Amino acid sequence: MFDNLSNRFDGIFKRIRGKGRLTEADVDEVLKEIRTALLEADVNVSVVRNVVARIREGAVGIESSKALDPSQQVIKLVNQELTNILGGETLKITYASRPPTVVLMAGLQGSGKTTNSAKLARWFKSQGRHPLLVGADLQRPAAVEQLRTLGRQIDVPVFSEPGDPVSTATRGLAEARRLGKDVLIVDTAGRLAIDDEMMAQIRQISDQITPNYTFLVIDAMTGQDAVTVAEAFHATLQIDGVILSKLDGDARGGAALSVKEVIGRPIAFASTGEKLDAFDQFHPDRMASRILGMGDVLTLIEQAEKAFEKDQAEEAAAKLLEGEFTLDDFLEQMQSLKKMGPLGGLLGMMPGMPKELKDAKIGDDDLKPVEAIIRSMTREERRKPEIINGSRRQRIAAGSGRSIAEVNRLVKQFSEMQKMMKRMGAMAPGKKGKKGKMAGLAGLGALGGGGLPGLGGPGGGSAGGSGGGFPGFPPSR
Amino acid sequence: MNAQNILLILLGVTLVFGLGVVVLNRRSGSNEPTSRTAPRPSAEPRTTPPPSVPPTREETSAATVTIEPEPESEPGSKSEPEPELEPEIEPEPEPVARPSIRERMARTATAMAGVFGGVRARGGITSDTWDDLEEALLKADVGVGVTDALLDGLRARVKAKEIDTADGLLAALQSDMSARLAGADRALHMEAVPEGHVNVWLFVGVNGVGKTTTIGKVAAQQAALGRSVVLAAGDTFRAAAAEQLGTWAERSGAELVRGNEGGDPSAVIFDGVQRAAAKGSDLVLGDTAGRLQNKSNLMDELRKVRRVAGREPGVVTEVLLVIDATTGQNGLAQAREFAEAAGVTGVVLSKLDGSAKGGIVFAIETELGIPVKLVGLGETIADLTEFEPGEFVAALFGN
Repeated sequence: MFDNLSNRFDGIFKRIRGKGRLTEADVDEVLKEIRTALLEADVNVSVVRNVVARIREGAVGIESSKALDPSQQVIKLVNQELTNILGGETLKITYASRPPTVVLMAGLQGSGKTTNSAKLARWFKSQGRHPLLVGADLQRPAAVEQLRTLGRQIDVPVFSEPGDPVSTATRGLAEARRLGKDVLIVDTAGRLAIDDEMMAQIRQISDQITPNYTFLVIDAMTGQDAVTVAEAFHATLQIDGVILSKLDGDARGGAALSVKEVIGRPIAFASTGEKLDAFDQFHPDRMASRILGMGDVLTLIEQAEKAFEKDQAEEAAAKLLEGEFTLDDFLEQMQSLKKMGPLGGLLGMMPGMPKELKDAKIGDDDLKPVEAIIRSMTREERRKPEIINGSRRQRIAAGSGRSIAEVNRLVKQFSEMQKMMKRMGAMAPGKKGKKGKMAGLAGLGALGGGGLPGLGGPGGGSAGGSGGGFPGFPPSR
Repeated sequence: MNAQNILLILLGVTLVFGLGVVVLNRRSGSNEPTSRTAPRPSAEPRTTPPPSVPPTREETSAATVTIEPEPESEPGSKSEPEPELEPEIEPEPEPVARPSIRERMARTATAMAGVFGGVRARGGITSDTWDDLEEALLKADVGVGVTDALLDGLRARVKAKEIDTADGLLAALQSDMSARLAGADRALHMEAVPEGHVNVWLFVGVNGVGKTTTIGKVAAQQAALGRSVVLAAGDTFRAAAAEQLGTWAERSGAELVRGNEGGDPSAVIFDGVQRAAAKGSDLVLGDTAGRLQNKSNLMDELRKVRRVAGREPGVVTEVLLVIDATTGQNGLAQAREFAEAAGVTGVVLSKLDGSAKGGIVFAIETELGIPVKLVGLGETIADLTEFEPGEFVAALFGN
């Protein structure tokens, strides 16, 4: 997600990084590139114009200030600007004092309303609520059937009846009261913003059920039209928030920036996969750093904390620095890592990953050969790979069904990594005791100089381009 | 120092080491295992329950042609009960006069037309003129690359004094844009196939673009032309997708062949082809699940669907990529990836009756050479119509 935009900025920033002073020509060039990047990311033309103007204002000041590396200042400026557009804070859901809390879903055809209605219901359920779904899309053939199927999958009841969408929604509200449900989610038919009749109909639904939240579902792939659509729906319904769907695609998602800027309502949720749990509250503060190539570190850590045992992780990290990290430890960490989701996704969020790795399209199955080799080693070999000699190699290769060259490569890589980590550990200040060691880890910066969480500093993201800076992975030819 | 940074470092090292080995193996090209190949596809399994068709099916079908039909894909499953469905759209069997792209788009072309009006009113050609034109094109999702190319060409001609009025400039732009779309073969192809064979049209695209609806409309139109049509419900992933297609089958009088939800889509398409060939139908329209083009496992699945659809007695004569007119620059990536995976022969630009302009088709046609064949202009069967570039460009200009 947003990867392409990040790459683009990477390219610009690499060129101006390290320059002592930005000339006017530099500023123009940077702005032009930023403009193109934003346009190619489908950010609305008018929004782009405003953003670029604001960045230029800031960038002019940079020339006279010599306190900071100018390129870092530009990055910071752009970062700030994008963060501003993406919105201040996460939308916080407050529940109606007299249940149910009513949610109305609106959007164009095919934006993902039905799927996201179910995802939202599942999310409310995970918050300890008891939602009822209402299928008021009586237009698209089998839309209600789709909702019912999804409802069964997440174990949430679905109410619908043939006839008129307005009365279906109204009856749904009564049904929620009758069943004592505390959240009501009303799925509606997709409609064009310019279809007066259909817009009047959803307005009527809204008047009848007086929603606490009206969400506009927007496809992350939407182009310039996102603004028109958002404005029209906002004018009719008073949108409270946006649900950004299909964010797991490779669209750069500029629509998110535009919509936020134009209707001033937050992106409340984002849908990041086809699974019904691939859906969460949107974190505007994380997007900008992601756009700037600093990786989505906060999301990564959140996922990691769920997947890793904390004590175990600390122990493994300490071993890592002392050069005592074994292949067993690697296998174990790899298993935790896989719990966090597909590896390709993790790579994208991780700052400072070598580009070749990012581009390699590695699926989880690709690691199986690696695991097979390690599993074919004896306990002793896994602890001390250096004892692996010719005959052991042959046995391991035969046992794992891989070639001897592959076994060699793995062992060599591993020892490189160990050496590197040991050197880093030794460099750490205050080598005595566990605490000191951890401080040393912090000193490494996040992996090859990427920004650490919370710092979001202008230096972040530099690692992506630096190639072989990462321990244990040689730069490509 | 907190646990977060420790985690990060641990993650990084584990990732780089583990994946690094994979990449190094690939670099040296020795990724061939001595005994087996690690299967790629299921990197990100979908949520649906495991396929109830035997998983060996795809393997066997890859080797031989003999595939026994699915029990539940028996013909004429038109009896799908759909109690809570009240079809509000009445079927419109008799095709009315072809809707005009210009008319449908004109309802929304005002913003752009306004810009062009401003350009005209200025009379001469100033730097504002260029800014206005650029903005109008970008707002129509034409994209930076094509916009620059168009305007650079015009600038040169203005400089050479070939063009000196705003009207002349607009006319030149309009004809340049039409020229970019000229000369493509936009016909839908059917081959005269030998006895027992059948033409297959596949419909592919990302989620929510309107594949199923488009198939329904195509089915009705082909049926109106006197062709017998079989619809193969190859979207086994989205809940109730087959039911949705079934409704369209009823409306158009086509036969529906469906499989299990979560089943193998290739098998459903294959069954559809078998069924059509057996009863001597003219055309199979194959639906597929929406998929984002960056999901390699799903694109692999699509490759297989394409392969299986073309196996005897199927003859794939069209692979139509449905693109939503609201799509921005990602449309180009969609076209590129789907073309690579499934050999796309044409684009269906859907939902052009909204406020979106679908300008991405310029890039798709010029960069990838894939012609737009059909446009969707509304919800009724007659609202799917052939693409007329001149009319489309004129509509963009509001004239």
